[in-house]
Amino acid sequence: MTQPEWIAEPQSPPSYLNDGYGWRSWFLTTDHKRIALLYLLSITGFFFLGGFFAMMIRLELLTPQPDLLQSDTYNRFFTMHGVIMVWFFLIPSIPTVLGNFLVPLMVGAKDLAFPRLNLLSWYLFMIGGIVAFSAIVIGGVDTGWTFYTPYSTTYSNSHVLWMALGIFIAGFSSIITGLNFIITIHTMRAPGLTWFRLPLFLWSTYSTSLILVLATPVLAITLVLMGLERAFGIGIFDPALGGDPLLFQHLFWFYSHPAVYIMILPGLGVESELISTFSRRNVFGYRYVAMASVAIAVFSFLVWGHHLFVAGQSVYIALAFSFLSYLIAIPSAIKIFNWMATLYGGSISFETPMLYALFFIGLFTIGGLTGLFLAALGIDVHVTDTYFVVAHFHYIMVGGMVVAYLGGMHFWWPKISGRMYPERFGQVSAFLIFIGFNLTFFPQFILGYLGMPRRYHTYAEGFQTLNVMSTAGASILAVGYVLPLFYLGWSFFRGPLAPANPWGATGLEWKTASPPPTENFEETPVVTEETYRFPVREEMLV
Amino acid sequence: MSSNVYPAAHFRSFDQQHEASELGMWGFLCTEILFFGGVLCGYTMYRLLYPQAWVHGSELNSLWLGAAMTVVLLASSLTMALAVRAAQLGQSKAIVVFLAATIALGVVFLALKGFEYYGHWVHHLVPGFNFSGYQAPDHPQVALFVVFYFFLTLLHAVHMIIGVGVLSVIAILAHRNRFSAIDHGPVEIAGLYWHFVDIVWLFLFPLLYLVGAHQ
Amino acid sequence: MTSGLDLLPQAASANAQIVDQLYLAFVIASVVIVAAIFLLILVFVVRFRRREGNLVARRVKESTLIEIAWSGIPLLILMGAFVWGAKIYFDEAVPPADSTEIYVVGKQWMWKLQHPEGNREINELHVPAGRPVKLVMTSEDVIHSFFIPAFRIKQDVLPGRYTQLWFQASTEGRFPLLCAEFCGTNHSRMHGWVYAMAPAEYQRWLSGGETGETMSEAGQKVFQRLACATCHARDGPPLQGLYRRRVPLSDGSVVLADDAYIRRSIVDPASQIVQGYQPIMPTFSGNATEEEILQLIAYIRSLKNLPPGSLPANTPGGEQSPNDDTGPERKQQ
Ligand code: HEA
Ligand code: HEA
Ligand code: HEC
Ligand code: CUA
Ligand SMILES: [Cu+2]
Repeated sequence: MTQPEWIAEPQSPPSYLNDGYGWRSWFLTTDHKRIALLYLLSITGFFFLGGFFAMMIRLELLTPQPDLLQSDTYNRFFTMHGVIMVWFFLIPSIPTVLGNFLVPLMVGAKDLAFPRLNLLSWYLFMIGGIVAFSAIVIGGVDTGWTFYTPYSTTYSNSHVLWMALGIFIAGFSSIITGLNFIITIHTMRAPGLTWFRLPLFLWSTYSTSLILVLATPVLAITLVLMGLERAFGIGIFDPALGGDPLLFQHLFWFYSHPAVYIMILPGLGVESELISTFSRRNVFGYRYVAMASVAIAVFSFLVWGHHLFVAGQSVYIALAFSFLSYLIAIPSAIKIFNWMATLYGGSISFETPMLYALFFIGLFTIGGLTGLFLAALGIDVHVTDTYFVVAHFHYIMVGGMVVAYLGGMHFWWPKISGRMYPERFGQVSAFLIFIGFNLTFFPQFILGYLGMPRRYHTYAEGFQTLNVMSTAGASILAVGYVLPLFYLGWSFFRGPLAPANPWGATGLEWKTASPPPTENFEETPVVTEETYRFPVREEMLV
Repeated sequence: MSSNVYPAAHFRSFDQQHEASELGMWGFLCTEILFFGGVLCGYTMYRLLYPQAWVHGSELNSLWLGAAMTVVLLASSLTMALAVRAAQLGQSKAIVVFLAATIALGVVFLALKGFEYYGHWVHHLVPGFNFSGYQAPDHPQVALFVVFYFFLTLLHAVHMIIGVGVLSVIAILAHRNRFSAIDHGPVEIAGLYWHFVDIVWLFLFPLLYLVGAHQ
Repeated sequence: MTSGLDLLPQAASANAQIVDQLYLAFVIASVVIVAAIFLLILVFVVRFRRREGNLVARRVKESTLIEIAWSGIPLLILMGAFVWGAKIYFDEAVPPADSTEIYVVGKQWMWKLQHPEGNREINELHVPAGRPVKLVMTSEDVIHSFFIPAFRIKQDVLPGRYTQLWFQASTEGRFPLLCAEFCGTNHSRMHGWVYAMAPAEYQRWLSGGETGETMSEAGQKVFQRLACATCHARDGPPLQGLYRRRVPLSDGSVVLADDAYIRRSIVDPASQIVQGYQPIMPTFSGNATEEEILQLIAYIRSLKNLPPGSLPANTPGGEQSPNDDTGPERKQQ
């Protein structure tokens, strides 16, 4: 077949990239690898859109007075920032890109269990995305990403229904993807690939999928009820009609707390792969790390009430939720400690993915520990709905998940693109992101405890210094994020060709060519040993 | 078109393919349970809050109509089960017959439901549009009950309609001898779905029609 | 108020100090944990960096014991943290019986406050320092959140129900009062000030109130305007001594006639029918603002028991419940 010269050298072996170039070969493909690339492009777009809103927020907050944006505009911007980043970037990020690409490869299968459903999920995602985007274009939404009633149902005069519809549709794409992963991991594992031989990335993807499948429907139904209430005033959440606004908050957080673990578990999985590969050691306490993922998924359904400590729920219920929120910290602790033990005695090198991995440990720990501040009732009463919370979740979602996502992208880039990325650039932008990130969000912890509420368009003079620091950091962060866009884009077409296994990693995905052929493996691989079997020295540590 | 000899390209065997699609349907049903579960939480909360209103509300529904629909659905479950059995025995004719029966019963159910909705409409018992049909001080709470009634039954009706559509497609395929004793996954999957939708109704019936009965 | 560089906001109540202690304890613990983790990682990556002689990893013996240790020890620490935080929350939930009560109504985008003595203010709250103050709060529209950083307390203010908050200013002064729950366009401008004044001064301020009439007097006016007496002198239950009585309802349950109950009886009478009466009372949700309802409650509270014997036979309840004013349950009204 004839290939445009830019795809790959003419003599390059057949791969999923060079079988077919027409638009149909992409937009009607059922190849999980091509679908992963479709997702990659889509969510990158959404990330920069969300990032654009973030930048506008930060610029507005340079000064205490309103100057850049109107109040209503500001309210719309942080709402759309939150909505886009959560539902159209972070939730799909690792699962739909790395998950779609890697799950079949890692289980040694030709594709996911339901390839057509997989393509459908991308279309649903795009439809949802386009509806949400049109909601933004025609004027946006100003309820906050939490859509609290009765503001969202009765008082807001923004395009709540459109945005809710967009999220509703995208939700089904989450459900389908989750189902596809669960079924694939259950039924498509290569001969000899027992559960406890699965790479830890699959364990966390599996746990994530459980949440996707069980929590998302509740969000869907909640949004429908909210929409009906707004459209017809049926009164389910309206106290004037006998309804209860707190019911909405309970339903919303019953989804959204598990959802925040959707936004970290995949990162934890990537982390395990990176740490072990770049210290050339098997992950310490493999079974504990694997089980920790499942434990997090299960516990995640039991702590939603910690978002309602001052909302007016019973004191005793609050006590229970606080207690459970502490329990869920333990599985995370187990992971952190096992990763550290994995470093111990390893042979550690510092390519870009490993830098991200190390930054992840630091930032996730800080984010997690501040989560414990919030779980402490006495503290939460003071800092809830302040910038302390904003800092907490950015530390985990940006410092944790986004960093893990970038680490994973660099790690599997050779496999995805068949090309190496420029190492120096990678390391530089990793450091930029680390520095910029801390400068952006650490001051927000202090702001929060000082009593600066979130979702504030204007603030007291006294808070300006810290806000300026935060905005400065965000600009560095922006540069750090834009860089990979360019050098990864460049390397996709021009980078030096990658070998099948550039990192000397274990795992089935590295046992096939880079980029893999459409059917992934010449013949179905047979697994005979557990993962992370690196050579070891029998030699006492002193 | 006649029955497949090979599983779909990315599966290693028919067994694997069946296992996958069967498990897939079970997983899907789990999400469905949470779909209805969310609403039922709201229902329960308000029922505890306004027990009287719930009784009054359920009295607005005709017990007999509800009972009739329940019977129809149970019958359809039976014919569905027979269709699956026929599929396992590879009797395409029988499949078509039983599916047709199931579809017919499903349509009857939907018709009854439509009739019931019509009744609510003419009696002005549709919250959000016109709920002047019920005049008593506990008007708002009863309206709330009726909201749940409509939401739950509509959600269920949508599932019924989808089910009827799916069964029709399967019936056509069966008519074209698409299925065989070794390869009839779709029939079983559709059966699972249909039974689930019926079971959901078995929950909705007491919750929406019989609240007063045990007072 | 704060120069951007202090790390703690001003602390103007005993509670503020207590919360700060817990917070500092958390900060110190976290710094120690984070420092330890970072240090170890640093040591490991330097000591075990890939180089000549360390191209292959060493075997490290795994042990269940260590796994148990590093999940068990954090668990213990956390349980301690939980108890400490819960204790504070509990105390914040239970106001002293002798607290001064002040009524708060939030609306887009202002705080409206009423003192029992009749004084009303907007976005300004005058309170006696050194005395416990209890706020009974509700909203006319969306959810707001009453936030006084200097006291480290916050409570959402919901439409259709009463939530409460209490504090005791330890120093006199002027402290910012903010809205912490997003409530629309001017959410960030929905702020005011709390003035904690010496009790004597507070009394002087009260007596300087523009209208001479107290809340219950205002309530009496509303009661007349809405012609409540047409029934509550005759075929409605007498309201004398109703407050904090246990009322038997027609569905057999018995409820405590507190603020929330009375409010509900007015805006949504049908939801709780007093035993022995017909559900003929119309709703007044349209005719009375939240503030007026609070005044009605104040008035009904002021109605003392009639002399024994003079109560009609069908009067519900009877025994006055002890002033167990605020179990934490009150929070969930
Ligand atoms: C990826 C997303 C993510 C993750 C993983 C978490 C993880 C956690 N979160 Fe977070 N959270 C959010 C995203 C996330 N959160 C968001 C978005 C909000 C705000 C929503 C909104 O209102 O807009 C929020 C808000 C939020 C609140 C409500 C704050 C408020 O609004 O009042 C609380 C309260 O308990 C909380 C707690 C926790 C806890 C205890 C964890 C734990 O899982 C953390 C566990 C991890 C660790 C503890 C670190 C690792 C452990 C160690 C290194 C061992 C250390 C040793 C000891 C503990 C002794 N979070
Ligand atoms: C889930 C993922 C996620 C991510 C990745 C981010 C990323 C960032 N967030 Fe986000 N944030 C949320 C989730 C996230 N946030 C949520 C859920 C809320 C709550 C919303 C609510 O209250 O309802 C929130 C709220 C929130 C606030 C509080 C607003 C308020 O309460 O008033 C702030 C303020 O600083 C902020 C800042 C940032 C910054 C600086 C980044 C940076 O990391 C972003 C850096 C990226 C870029 C800067 C992109 C780089 C490219 C460009 C800048 C080029 C411009 C682009 C185009 C022209 C297309 N976020
Ligand atoms: C049409 C007659 C009528 C009017 C007017 C009326 N009520 Fe009532 N009210 C009743 C009846 C009958 C009951 C007892 C049945 C019930 O609980 O609804 C009652 C119950 C109450 C209760 C609960 C009493 C208890 O013992 O628990 C309160 C409080 C109350 N009304 C306050 C008011 C106020 C305040 C107004 C005026 C704004 C008012 N009512 C106007 C008839 C009336
Ligand atoms: Cu009122 Cu925010
Ligand atoms: Cu949470």
